[in-house]
Amino acid sequence: MKILAFAEQREGKFKKTAFEVTKAAREIAEKLNAELVTLVVGSGIEQMSAELGGFGATRVVVVDDPRLMYYSTTAYTKIVAEVAKKENVSVIFFPASQLGKDLAPRVSVKLDAGVAADCVSLKVENGEIVAARPIFAGKVISEVKILSDFKIFTLRPNVFTAGSSNGSRANVEKVSVELDKADFAAKAVETKVAVSRPDVTEASIIVSGGRGMKAPENFKLIEGLADVLGAGVGASRAVVDSNWRPHDEQVGQTGKTVAPNLYIACGISGAIQHLAGMSSSKCIVAINKDKDAPIFQVADYGIVADAIETLPLLTQEIKDLLSK
Amino acid sequence: MKIVVCVNHVPDTEARIKIGADGKGIDKSGITYILNPYDEIAVEQGLRLKEKFGGEVIAISLGGESNKETLRKTLAMGADKAILLKDESDRDSFSVAKALSDNLKEINSDIILFGKQSIDFDNSQLPGLVAEMLNLPSVSVVVKLEIENNQVVCEREIEGGHEKVESRLPVVLSVQKGLCEPRYPSLKGIMAAKTKLIEEKPVISNSKKVEIVSLRLPASKGTGKIVGTEPTAAKELVRLLHEEAKII
Repeated sequence: MKILAFAEQREGKFKKTAFEVTKAAREIAEKLNAELVTLVVGSGIEQMSAELGGFGATRVVVVDDPRLMYYSTTAYTKIVAEVAKKENVSVIFFPASQLGKDLAPRVSVKLDAGVAADCVSLKVENGEIVAARPIFAGKVISEVKILSDFKIFTLRPNVFTAGSSNGSRANVEKVSVELDKADFAAKAVETKVAVSRPDVTEASIIVSGGRGMKAPENFKLIEGLADVLGAGVGASRAVVDSNWRPHDEQVGQTGKTVAPNLYIACGISGAIQHLAGMSSSKCIVAINKDKDAPIFQVADYGIVADAIETLPLLTQEIKDLLSK
Repeated sequence: MKIVVCVNHVPDTEARIKIGADGKGIDKSGITYILNPYDEIAVEQGLRLKEKFGGEVIAISLGGESNKETLRKTLAMGADKAILLKDESDRDSFSVAKALSDNLKEINSDIILFGKQSIDFDNSQLPGLVAEMLNLPSVSVVVKLEIENNQVVCEREIEGGHEKVESRLPVVLSVQKGLCEPRYPSLKGIMAAKTKLIEEKPVISNSKKVEIVSLRLPASKGTGKIVGTEPTAAKELVRLLHEEAKII
């Protein structure tokens, strides 16, 4: 049996999920006594790929082509499916990132595979992989298994821990896949990424604000604390719907589902659709002046006080601590 | 321009989900169902394309009799035609995609729109599955869209930013919040929708590849600690986060 791990990179840098997926795939490979091959696709990525050895990869296959500098749904689909066939793998792990979620279903059709999407845990039972995946934005956990011979799993970012590299280097083999113009029927031509703060789906700390922040300009306090912590900024649906914050910050059932190490909810009451999106965070802090707000039911630590008054003190205390 | 919008009928975001007696499905009693919020954006986008380029908007949904409510809403918003692929069996994304693409093949549309995700089973797979089954390009999580001379230019959301993507037509697009604001059906639209026919088609094949073993509710956390009731409790909170939770 052979397993393929897809290690995502963007513009010549591995995403954290590349290490998470490699490591999780290695663990499953050991349990199933399977061989693991890791795939990297992109442009100018051959050199950096040995680094994956530090997270459990032994053999890395790279498809390195200048036309793959940006993501192309159609070209990547062809590459992954061809490599999977050539390597004779029967299981693929992708990250459940925007790229992985885009790619996995397309690849699954080429390989006649079932996909367990956005998994948060994996186990092996009687030689079969059983995956847990949140549904209804986390209101329910579904355990699934894949019936088809070929199986694909996408793993939610920030949930599977990669830890730090053990320093090993993997063997890197360059392979080529024949690509013509038709394979680039849909193709990214440019990426615009704000480097200032991490995205909420990738951040290990999130500072999030709701209606209790009272006005859009008060989000300066949220941003100030986020920047001290190197955190991402989140928002409730109410403030996104009021155009106080951009929709890509929205956490909850019609926004993003997040699982950071620390989630600081400021002036968020905790509507059920918000709680669904963030309650699997490892540690939750709630600051809200309403002691009966539902957010306190999921919080590990709470302060019953006005978030606008509390935030400057909290930011200062953290600054003091970090400067020690 | 022939535009197809694939829509799903899902529990409202406020719904408390209970697990059904068999432990593998949800208890549907007492739940209000709505047009999936992302699909509502897809319907709006479809209508705007029709207003700009002419043509027709066809809404299609797979499910039981109650999915007609959702199809009725798309008609009230302005869709020209609605098709119900009538089937109440348990399906995974792959088998839904198969049923959809078998029917979409006959429609020959220029553009197929989906919401980026259905807020019930959160698979985000249908757009990619259908596109690959129909051998069409696809762009997912679209937040900006322009179409000119048969060329599609979109922006899709990626972690921390956006990606500009070009594609040819026909194309499958999955749309994200921020693309456009769905309209409310007008009274005239609601009245007109009542008389429009919803075409029903049977679905036979079910090629399920993923099976639900069990459903469970997430483990509930014990009640947390109220650190204080004054802003000055921030100091104690930071101490706890540092010394007890060891998170900062």
